Amino acid sequence: MCGIVGLFLKDKALEPRLGALLSDMLVTMTDRGPDSAGIAVYGAPQPGRARITVQSAAPETDFAALAQALAEFDAEVAVKSTHAVISVDAPRLAETRAAAEAVGAIRVMGAGEAVTIFKEVGLPAQVVDRFGIRAMAGSHGVGHTRMATESAVTTLGAHPFSTGPDQCLVHNGSLSNHNNLRRGMIRDGVRFETENDSEVAAAFLTARMDAGRSLNEALSDALDGLDGFYTFVVGTKSGFGVLRDPIACKPAVLAETDAWVAFGSEYRALAGLPGIEGAKVWEPEPATVYFWER
Amino acid sequence: MPVFDLAATPLRDLNAALHAAGDDNGRFEVLNPRGAHSVAVGVAKPCEIEVMGSVGYYCGGMNEGGDITVRGSAGPGLAENMMGGRVVVEGDASQYAGATGHGGLLVIRGSAASRCGISLKGLDIVVGGSIGHMSAFMAQSGRMVVLGDAGEALGDSIYEARIYVRGTVKSLGTDCVEKPMRDAHREEVAGLLAAAGIEADPADFRRYGSARKLYHFDVDHADAY
Repeated sequence: MCGIVGLFLKDKALEPRLGALLSDMLVTMTDRGPDSAGIAVYGAPQPGRARITVQSAAPETDFAALAQALAEFDAEVAVKSTHAVISVDAPRLAETRAAAEAVGAIRVMGAGEAVTIFKEVGLPAQVVDRFGIRAMAGSHGVGHTRMATESAVTTLGAHPFSTGPDQCLVHNGSLSNHNNLRRGMIRDGVRFETENDSEVAAAFLTARMDAGRSLNEALSDALDGLDGFYTFVVGTKSGFGVLRDPIACKPAVLAETDAWVAFGSEYRALAGLPGIEGAKVWEPEPATVYFWER
Repeated sequence: MPVFDLAATPLRDLNAALHAAGDDNGRFEVLNPRGAHSVAVGVAKPCEIEVMGSVGYYCGGMNEGGDITVRGSAGPGLAENMMGGRVVVEGDASQYAGATGHGGLLVIRGSAASRCGISLKGLDIVVGGSIGHMSAFMAQSGRMVVLGDAGEALGDSIYEARIYVRGTVKSLGTDCVEKPMRDAHREEVAGLLAAAGIEADPADFRRYGSARKLYHFDVDHADAY
């Protein structure tokens, strides 16, 4: 199954409430997937700075070592449970990332100018509390609660998957050609963290966007390149996209008002949003790309 | 009239009360469904149920006696395996609405998504808007009237269900063909529209049904299976 949610704010006045709204949406979807949960929030970029979200299974020792390892980078490290968010001067992003990954069991969850990603095993309510997501502000975000089918229940197997700067993807479904695609992309130099099919979908879109395609063009390419069942919600620094496969078994509901665009695996996830009574509510068509950008 | 506010009352209380209803044609009102699953499933005895909002999966499933009105939209599996009675949805319905339905009347005033009326077994479905792909797949008996358009592969592997569509059909499924509209068919459409409370001219509809080439095995058609 899996439950996915997304929220793209048009009304800036709602931005301080993004984390709380998205958390409520995700918790409502708990019974679609109790294995693990994750959320990506796009906050306001700080001029000249980049951010990296890292995770460790041994946060106490690794994050102490991380602070030392990054001493020379003028980086700020904010620890939240098993994750830490590193803020650093934008030009030093790549070398800071490499230095962080060299520390203990640290893995990078996502990096860019705007995105912060938290994900862990456990119920959405636990994950949301653990990382204080309700207090997070932002312009848009996506969330996922997982019922594992294609790979193990681990932190790294949880969604969202981020394979490019400020990009993330959540997926409900299962791909059937992911092993073949992964082998091809590994030959092209792409590095994978898991055996998960959804990571391949994220990497596929990243590769298309690296080749110069826009988000909506990359999603159109996915219709030909990816085989299997999927409803995707994808975030980029400035946008938010939705795609369902041509068979469209995996549920999806979109809603839009003057203040926001929201996605839910079910209407239940949207029922608490402000102004839902007057929203346009519809199911995205199969094999049709939907995207919003600011 | 009993009122169940699902913001305050567990869904099981509502369904237990509906299952306990006698032959007294009771009326029930359901508030704040907020997309809840399995609202008013398995209603056996005649009663009127008005749901004030949108529902989730399986609303009205297995309905036999209920006259259920949803003043909103419905999620997947609306009125699945319905046996009798009536289910009316004022908004849209998600995928496989009316699947395997045996009897009664299902009215969707908005549009229905994919697989509407899949494996239909006698239920009548009237859709005010359009229906999605693979609708009426393997439909055995019963009737569907669609005022809008139909998606890809309408009526694939259909048996003896009858389909009437006013708009365009994107494509017909295997063994589904257009058939001539005769007076008896126009009368049938008029009757279903009247039962659904929807006004339209039966002369505007086209009829689709089985070419009957697939449902008895014929070795000469082995390539078509």
